[in-house]
Amino acid sequence: MSVINLEHIAKIYQLGSEEVKALKDISLNIEQNEYVAIMGPSGSGKSTLMNIIGCLDTPSKGSYIFTGVNVSEMDDNELAEIRNKEIGFVFQTFNLLPRSNALHNVELPLIYAGVPTSERRERAKQALENVGLADRIYHKPNELSGGQRQRVAIARALVTQPSIILADEPTGNLDTKTGEDIMALFNDLFKLGNTIILVTHEEYIAEHAARIIRLRDGLIEKDENVTKRVIPDHNGSI
Amino acid sequence: MSNLFFELKEGLIISLRAIRDNKVRAVLTTLGIIIGVWAVVTMSTAIKGIDIAFQKGVASLGSDNLYIDKWAWFNSDIPWWKMRNRRNIDMEDYNKFKDLAKLPIATAPSVITRQGIKTRKHSLDVVFCTGTTSDYINTTNLTFQEGRFFSNTESNSSRSVVVLGSEIAKKLFPEGRSLDSQVKIKGHPFKVIGVLDEQGSWVMGDFNPDKQVFIPIGTVFKYFQNETFGSIVINVRAPNSQMVSPVKEEAIGVMRQVRGLSYSQENDFAINQQGGLLSEIDKTVGVIQVAGIFITGLSLFVGAIGIMNIMFVSVKERTKEIGIRKAIGANRRTILGQFITEAAVICLLGGFIGLLLAVITSLVINKFLPTSIQLDSVMLAIIISIVTGILSGFAPAYTAAKMDPVDALRYE
Repeated sequence: MSVINLEHIAKIYQLGSEEVKALKDISLNIEQNEYVAIMGPSGSGKSTLMNIIGCLDTPSKGSYIFTGVNVSEMDDNELAEIRNKEIGFVFQTFNLLPRSNALHNVELPLIYAGVPTSERRERAKQALENVGLADRIYHKPNELSGGQRQRVAIARALVTQPSIILADEPTGNLDTKTGEDIMALFNDLFKLGNTIILVTHEEYIAEHAARIIRLRDGLIEKDENVTKRVIPDHNGSI
Repeated sequence: MSNLFFELKEGLIISLRAIRDNKVRAVLTTLGIIIGVWAVVTMSTAIKGIDIAFQKGVASLGSDNLYIDKWAWFNSDIPWWKMRNRRNIDMEDYNKFKDLAKLPIATAPSVITRQGIKTRKHSLDVVFCTGTTSDYINTTNLTFQEGRFFSNTESNSSRSVVVLGSEIAKKLFPEGRSLDSQVKIKGHPFKVIGVLDEQGSWVMGDFNPDKQVFIPIGTVFKYFQNETFGSIVINVRAPNSQMVSPVKEEAIGVMRQVRGLSYSQENDFAINQQGGLLSEIDKTVGVIQVAGIFITGLSLFVGAIGIMNIMFVSVKERTKEIGIRKAIGANRRTILGQFITEAAVICLLGGFIGLLLAVITSLVINKFLPTSIQLDSVMLAIIISIVTGILSGFAPAYTAAKMDPVDALRYE
């Protein structure tokens, strides 16, 4: 089933009297359980595309069918609901609430979804356990390392069982080793059947994906399936 | 529904955390609310106290009473000089009136003189001495701590006996045992035959029986003839409140007859009622109310602006947080609710502090007024705080709610 279907998407910003075409004409299709990397130099429109795919923004032109639903015409509140239930965000700067502990951060999307307290707590704990943070659930972000913070963010993205995981430069603020650990985690999630969309400008990060979409000047320059390399598991075995 | 509940709970948790992180700021911000709530609660407590004291005072002197006097007690259309030129009401008038008036259940003459009172150890410079007859007690609801009022014989034969108001007794005999003791009024010895219960009716001013002594009217004329107001007052008690107006009508008729007035002459006396006191009290209450409402209104307004300001700051500071919350699914209503809740919680905090101050103030007021903070003024304080919070929090919360998630996330 097609999870994401973009048809002739354009995004035009009005900067004073000048029109800026961040996206000119993008059409693409992403199936369930695909692992896609979106690449491009800065100014290529990849952030704008990510915002549109993530339902944070709406396109100026074209249609966006997400899990069979047309989201290009939705209002703020409808988009909020889609983001809450169907999209798991992982950001470069983690974007955790600094004053809340890991558990509460992971619980937050479930609070907005109206999940009862006991179930919510259970699911949040499970999600943290799944990313290997069972012993850190009451720690606040500033008591965690960068890698651990990103794991909390991933747990938060996963806890609602979304249709896609949208990761924007997830290793951008991490050292290489920690970055590789996080990428390994994404690989595991992919193997478990998740659909992952990775936005990055790092070639070696994009290589984890099975498909790379390259953007340039608001257009798709290249959309290729890459031969999947054999990626070692967490523990280094194959 | 459950959604709303979780969001409210989340909002409360966030608010409390935000307040905890900025304790000083929160308290300073709520200063206006604190003063506003303090003013409104203190005001209503004071008004309630005056009201209770007044009711008590009227009750102690009899609420269905009329007072026939040369003077009109409260705002009258008759000019002062005209009343001054009226003939005094004397005992002869009273005796005729008593015989002719059929409706009252009791009547008594009274005359007031201001005298110093002494015991061996203590002395009071100025005390209102009411001279009256034994019938006086039947025109009032006064009750006794000990002893009795003077008898018919004592009053008819102008004996030197005295009944003390509770406050006077306390001052002259701080150690108690006043009954059968001797006091000297302007050098004349009097025997204490009774002490009144505390009537607690300070609002009655000079009428407050706690601060008076009562002696037979003949005795007053005997010793202090030239130190009275000259004219006596006739206390008339109606059987019940429905009968007040017929008793008044009759009293006017009888008095005209007693004073020998012809058709063309106007009344040369006034029929006073305690109701007139009420309008005097209302003036006091009115001043308190105006002052209270002014202070409350002004400080709540200033407070609301302060809250609004601090909430705008808070929204700005937490732009990133708002972006995160929106990205993971908070809709406009949720964000709106979160910040309004926060404003309401801050105001409620101010309300509680104001209430606490009002409780302390009321303990002070309690020394003068028999009252305590009423539940309804507590409710009022809480409602005022919450409403102020919601009103002043709305604009900042709305700004937060309509933030664009993309911009908010990018904010550093």
